[in-house]
Amino acid sequence: MKGTIFQRREPLNDTQLLMTITIGIFVVMYMLAVILLGGGFLHAQQIFDMLNDNASLVIVSCGLTIVMIGGGIDISVGAVTSLVVMSCVLYLNKGGNIFISILLAVGIGLVFGLVQGFLISYMEIQPFIVTLAGMFFARGMTTILSVNPQKVDHEAFSKLRDTKIEISWLGYKAKNGNLVPARIELGVVVAVVCVILAFLLLKYLRLGRGFYAIGGNQKSALMLGINVKLTRFMSYVICGLLSGISGYVFMMHTGAGNATNAAGMEMNAIAASIIGGTLLTGGVGNVIGTLFGVLTLTTIKKIVVSSGLNDPWWQSITTGGMLCFFILLQSIVLGRRAKKKKT
Amino acid sequence: MQEECLLTMRQIDKRFPGVVALNGVDFTLRKGEIHALMGENGAGKSTLIKVLTGVYQMDGGEIRVEGKPIFIKSPQDAQNHGISTVYQEITLCPNLTVAENMFIGREDSVWVRRGKYEKRAEEILMDLGVPARSTQQLGDCSLAVQQMVAIARAVDMKCKVLILDEPTSSLDDKEVQMLFSLMKDLKSQGVGIIFVTHFLEQVYEVSDRITVLRNGELVGEYLTEELPQVQLVSKMIGKELEELSNLGETEEKNSEEQEVFYEAEGLSSSAARPFDFSIRKGEVNGFTGLLGSGRSESVRAIFGADKVNGGTVKIKGQEVKITRPIDAMKNGIGYLAEDRKRDGIIADLSVRENIILAMQVMNGMFKPISRSESEAFADEYIKVLNIKTASRETPVGSLSGGNQQKVILARWLLTHPDYLILDEPTRGIDVGTKLEIQKLVLKLAEEGVSVTFISSEVEEMLRTCSRLIVMRDRYIVGELKGSDLNQTQVMKTIAGGEA
Repeated sequence: MKGTIFQRREPLNDTQLLMTITIGIFVVMYMLAVILLGGGFLHAQQIFDMLNDNASLVIVSCGLTIVMIGGGIDISVGAVTSLVVMSCVLYLNKGGNIFISILLAVGIGLVFGLVQGFLISYMEIQPFIVTLAGMFFARGMTTILSVNPQKVDHEAFSKLRDTKIEISWLGYKAKNGNLVPARIELGVVVAVVCVILAFLLLKYLRLGRGFYAIGGNQKSALMLGINVKLTRFMSYVICGLLSGISGYVFMMHTGAGNATNAAGMEMNAIAASIIGGTLLTGGVGNVIGTLFGVLTLTTIKKIVVSSGLNDPWWQSITTGGMLCFFILLQSIVLGRRAKKKKT
Repeated sequence: MQEECLLTMRQIDKRFPGVVALNGVDFTLRKGEIHALMGENGAGKSTLIKVLTGVYQMDGGEIRVEGKPIFIKSPQDAQNHGISTVYQEITLCPNLTVAENMFIGREDSVWVRRGKYEKRAEEILMDLGVPARSTQQLGDCSLAVQQMVAIARAVDMKCKVLILDEPTSSLDDKEVQMLFSLMKDLKSQGVGIIFVTHFLEQVYEVSDRITVLRNGELVGEYLTEELPQVQLVSKMIGKELEELSNLGETEEKNSEEQEVFYEAEGLSSSAARPFDFSIRKGEVNGFTGLLGSGRSESVRAIFGADKVNGGTVKIKGQEVKITRPIDAMKNGIGYLAEDRKRDGIIADLSVRENIILAMQVMNGMFKPISRSESEAFADEYIKVLNIKTASRETPVGSLSGGNQQKVILARWLLTHPDYLILDEPTRGIDVGTKLEIQKLVLKLAEEGVSVTFISSEVEEMLRTCSRLIVMRDRYIVGELKGSDLNQTQVMKTIAGGEA
């Protein structure tokens, strides 16, 4: 069979097309940053910093992308992250065990995923409503746990937090002549592992393809013999699990718990997923795109901040503008494609 | 002829609250045959299919596949018994590849073995001559190819019985031919195909046998070559031809002298092929033809309910543009939609609110109708049309079908239309109300209102209309009036003349 005409390359599908656009735009933005703002952006550390600061956002966005591919939405992810941070901080400060604190983080995320997934999938309640309730619930719980910021005071955790991977050949010479190696936090490793696992799940696992199927056409998916309810349930469970992991990574980065932690993170995650080429209508998307969505968002913010527009609203405004631009671009590109298909 | 019986359905009963959908229906499918299942709206063919595919549970009867009695609990179950269905609307996922669509939901491992699936899919597609690549995104394929992919999936699932439910309604002629050659191919491999369609020509082109249902009962099973088209039509509609020939009396109805109210030339919409049409003041005419012949699509084009593509429209000799329903309403045209649940009533609103709806739209948002005014209107029409409702504030959803229909009629009458289009106004309502509505139509005509009437029951059309426009396969194939207005002539025209 090899070597027949069927071996020819397929044109990009919707997911690949949108992802390519995202990566292209990220590259352009980054080059723009290098040109406008000069040298700092040429250091590898700049990219690592972007990842260091946003590892938990990357993880949360992966979960959200999975839910969105399945045609759903989860706006509780930021609040769950925050709850996980606060719970783990308090637990560790009581002299808890590192290993158990990790289990606690994952457990909290999992419980949210299980309950919300059950309500959405089996009780057939609107995902927006369920996760909105989840969001309020998690935020409320966080505040009950502690109104005041809590710093982690735990020896083993501090060690874990300060563990950094140093790559000297990617470092740069500081002004005093010392070599500063590039530093990567452990959270980034966790995030990258999450992205890879999510990518493999979406591409090669039966469950992952099921997400695309139910997002593409739920009725068809049912007729094709997919367990739609279970598949949707699993998407929320995975998303919840990743929110838990994200919380722990967040804590490893900041080393403190605060009731306002990760405020608005769900919105950033939605933005990152959309910029990364996930369609809100479901069925199209990819976590690699989402990773670049996070990087693009961050680059924009860096540019804004570096240009001296330090007030937070400038970041909001540019993020909003970017999001509009991407959604327009997506609908134009997909619209043209659909038209071409017809003729 | 002693072919092997693949599927036998015996004495199938299915009841819904208040309706007997299937009453002791038998159906037999043999190995390697294409069996057309025919019947008008409400004949029970889709219910029979749904019983067979496990969407509905039957209330009585027996289904056997290859002699073994089976009990079908769900669509999944039906597939496991080798009964696969390809529905009119494609039930695949457009965002996945062709290969994935063929294998998703029945993989044998947790991992997706992409390469293996693609290779297998490629083989099947080649084998069946489906012009698609396994790695292609399904949404990029034409509708016909998508349908064939659905069939290919069914074939690979070792289906013995393949049900094609209206597979050709969204395909063009070339695509239909592709589908037919695929069907014949499968037939030669011993698959039994149940072919549900409303295109008569297609039935005669591919099918070996025809089963006709009417009103939930079996009319009979025939060999296609032994059943002339006109006979088939009369069996579907329910009159024996001989009996009809004797029913020649038709009364002349006046209409000739009146001015032309509405005239369309080359009118076409996204759903209707270009057609010419005119109606005089006070005339009652009708579109007839089998389901899917384009009769509803044509009147929808007149009302601007579908996207109008071209043609000129004149009202009282003056050219007007009607592209949206509101344009039509402003020109005095009212339209009572075919599907009253979907396009007509708003079930949760009261009788009164439903009645004043069209008038409110005509008045615009900023001229509300006062409560007392609307109450007066509602009371008036409840009385005039004899609508049986507990009160004017009762939600329409709780009324019977006939009374719901009257509410919609009242809604249009309130706008004092010059031209009223009634699409199947009497479907699913009791005989008494049917007569009332027919009388009302004639009374309106006397008052100078033009009416276009559509009904599946030819008899009813003959009673009310002075002119009948006959459609077949989405073209106007004839216009009958005067002495030609009799059942025999109508059926002959519907079926294509050669009786």
